[in-house]
Amino acid sequence: MTSHATTTPAATDTPMIVMESVEKWYGGFKALTGINLSVRAGEKIVLCGPSGSGKSTLIRCINHLEAYEKGAIRVDGIALRDDSSTIDAVRREVGMVFQNFNLFPHLTVLQNCTLAPMRTLRQSRKDADANARRLLDRVKILEQADKYPAQLSGGQQQRVAIARALCMGPKVMLFDEPTSALDPEMVKEVLDTMVALAEEGMTMICVTHEMGFARQVADRVIFMASGEIVEEAPPEIFFSNPSHARTKQFLGEILRGH
Amino acid sequence: MGLNEFLFLLAGLKWTLALSAIGFVGGGVVGLVVALARTSGIAPLERAAASYIGLFQGTPLLMQLFVVYYGLALVGLKLDAWVAVAIGFTLHASAYLGEIWRGSIEAVPRGQTEAAKALSLNYVSRMKDVILPQAIRISLPATIGFLVQLIKGTSLAAIVGFTELARAGSIVSNQIFQPLLVFGVVGALYFAMCWPLSLYGAWLERRLATATR
Repeated sequence: MTSHATTTPAATDTPMIVMESVEKWYGGFKALTGINLSVRAGEKIVLCGPSGSGKSTLIRCINHLEAYEKGAIRVDGIALRDDSSTIDAVRREVGMVFQNFNLFPHLTVLQNCTLAPMRTLRQSRKDADANARRLLDRVKILEQADKYPAQLSGGQQQRVAIARALCMGPKVMLFDEPTSALDPEMVKEVLDTMVALAEEGMTMICVTHEMGFARQVADRVIFMASGEIVEEAPPEIFFSNPSHARTKQFLGEILRGH
Repeated sequence: MGLNEFLFLLAGLKWTLALSAIGFVGGGVVGLVVALARTSGIAPLERAAASYIGLFQGTPLLMQLFVVYYGLALVGLKLDAWVAVAIGFTLHASAYLGEIWRGSIEAVPRGQTEAAKALSLNYVSRMKDVILPQAIRISLPATIGFLVQLIKGTSLAAIVGFTELARAGSIVSNQIFQPLLVFGVVGALYFAMCWPLSLYGAWLERRLATATR
């Protein structure tokens, strides 16, 4: 924990996440093949690719929801190894938002947001409550603080999930298809929240097929297929002039629907 | 049947309640350990817990009580009847509750554990704050069902000398030669213990279900 991210919205040169030759196997199936990726503090990355291409696996390796077999991952200078102390240190820096929200159904919105800060960061209930209310207000859902997740719409639940992750004060946010489980009319409210977060300078890696979002906020768009990074480019180049045939084919398929 | 006989039955009822409480508390504590070991992700621990469950689910409670009380006495370990019964019922109940709760823990969606891990909650907090509150709700019908079985199963403690409700019933029946009446009363007393428990379970289940709606 030597480097400190600057608060300016623009990406800096400090590497926040470094992946070197990362390989991941599921039994005999190679899910990730020699992944090299460096993400600077404040940078926004959009990861896309066909299903099964390894994009979710890649971001799940960063906070060790999946173990990796070869290579190295460093997050904010912490070398992620297979032991609980480094895993814990990395997870304190990295927030994650899931496709299915994964809110805790037996806790209220506010309790969802205060549990981890009270348990892990040892915040007092008063401090945790105040911080949670501030962040719930930021994702425009403060009025639902005392409801249970099942009483909220999908879009509202996902915004709570974003606030819950932010309550831990992460330096990096990982989004794993955050809008894929939502009804179409709720996609925008979640994307707006993510855009606002991006504009505040958060380091973000988003697995998503929302190409409008990629155009708007991404510094780089990365296309994966069969566990490899096939192409990475700034969005204006990625969309107008992709160099690989597989990227062109994928973009053709995904943009036809829009 | 006079007042004295009825009071004798109530004295037996007292033992039945005490034995049930021992079985449920002992079985609950050890059963939780067994369930956590069985879902720990640590292979030797999981195998040990599975063997434990297999052994005590696969043999009759009557035999377990015999072994603990008479069997251990043969090899020189003479246990007090209370201790023997407490051990016997704890072994029995912990195996069943351990298996019921293992299933409930595994029925909580994986995403809950992943979200808790991503929030850097440690194992104790993940279990205590996230997984077990949800697992308990899932397990409630089966847990209450087992508790009812356990209350009825305490009649087996008669073999190591406890005059609990069923044994008290047969003693009274032998004295006054009115088995239909005596065992009718005994049955009613068992029912009076088990029925409210079933109702309580159903109520608790409804209450917990509405809390998340």
